[in-house]
Amino acid sequence: MSAVGTEQAAAWVQAFAERVAEQRDHLTELDSAIGDADHGTNLDRGMTAALAGLQATPPADAAALLKAVAMTMISKVGGTSGPLYGTFFLRMSTALGDGRPAEVAAAFRAGVDGVVARGKAEPGDKTMVDALLPAAEALTDAVGAGEPLDAALRSAAEAAARGRDAVTASVARKGRASYLGERSAGHVDPGAASAVLLVESAAALAGG
Amino acid sequence: MGVEGTVGIVVVSHSRPLAEAAVALARQMLPGRELAVEVAAGTDDGGLGTDAVAVSEAITAADSGAGVVVLMDLGSAVLSADTALELLDDDLRARVVLSPAPFVEGLVGAVVVAAGGADRDRVAAEALRGLAPKQAHLGAPG
Repeated sequence: MSAVGTEQAAAWVQAFAERVAEQRDHLTELDSAIGDADHGTNLDRGMTAALAGLQATPPADAAALLKAVAMTMISKVGGTSGPLYGTFFLRMSTALGDGRPAEVAAAFRAGVDGVVARGKAEPGDKTMVDALLPAAEALTDAVGAGEPLDAALRSAAEAAARGRDAVTASVARKGRASYLGERSAGHVDPGAASAVLLVESAAALAGG
Repeated sequence: MGVEGTVGIVVVSHSRPLAEAAVALARQMLPGRELAVEVAAGTDDGGLGTDAVAVSEAITAADSGAGVVVLMDLGSAVLSADTALELLDDDLRARVVLSPAPFVEGLVGAVVVAAGGADRDRVAAEALRGLAPKQAHLGAPG
């Protein structure tokens, strides 16, 4: 995979939707431990609607595709992950350019910056940012070092998983989980878990 | 749209019944007076959740040109209200205030002064001091 066009973006979104559907109950279970027990069902509802939307109105290019996914997520998810994933896809869509590796890395970074700006979470707050930021850094570094996009996406997926695991022991400082204080420690953050699925879906597509 | 010469109010909640009840409570203060109070609440299948697209449409519907004050409950309501701003055109966005006021008390305070013709910043300020009467009555916590 040397660039991300409409076909690759569609396959990524499809793969993410499938992972979310497959992990739906697991994500909701994580969220029932430290949140409002809706992350898996919300995300699955959003991604199912996103795929249906893409089928009903096929987008002209990869940027339009990501924007369409963004609007569906913003509207249909219902929970916090809607505006957060929606903002991620929206910002990514405006920065994707021709989808060359450096642009993909920059677009991913723009998406993550959007999530940070929207949710105002900082590293270590135990949110999806703890998986997404290390992924963005790994992707940018790998692409900058001249690695092929496939390998760079695999590095990003590994960094995301490490980031998710690194905050499992932490106390949540954002969202519903923050109401639990110390009791949130020792639980995997559901947002970080779904963010890992997002990056792994891209890596799997690249042959990871 | 909205009501000419008055600031519009938008109520964002996870729950449509919660939002509608809060609006009913606030509207008790406005017998015979017109005010645009729009609700964006719940998911379209009747569940709990918020929808930024619906919030942006509610803002558009509430605005008469005098601006809009948005009250919200918690969590995704805040993020959806924030995201909704991104979906508005620049002119309208500049007329909108997202209020950190308490949901019920802020709404009651806001509708009373908005119906009286106060400007947007005055309405937002009144929402923000929504807890004052209760705090004065009950005293400081602890």
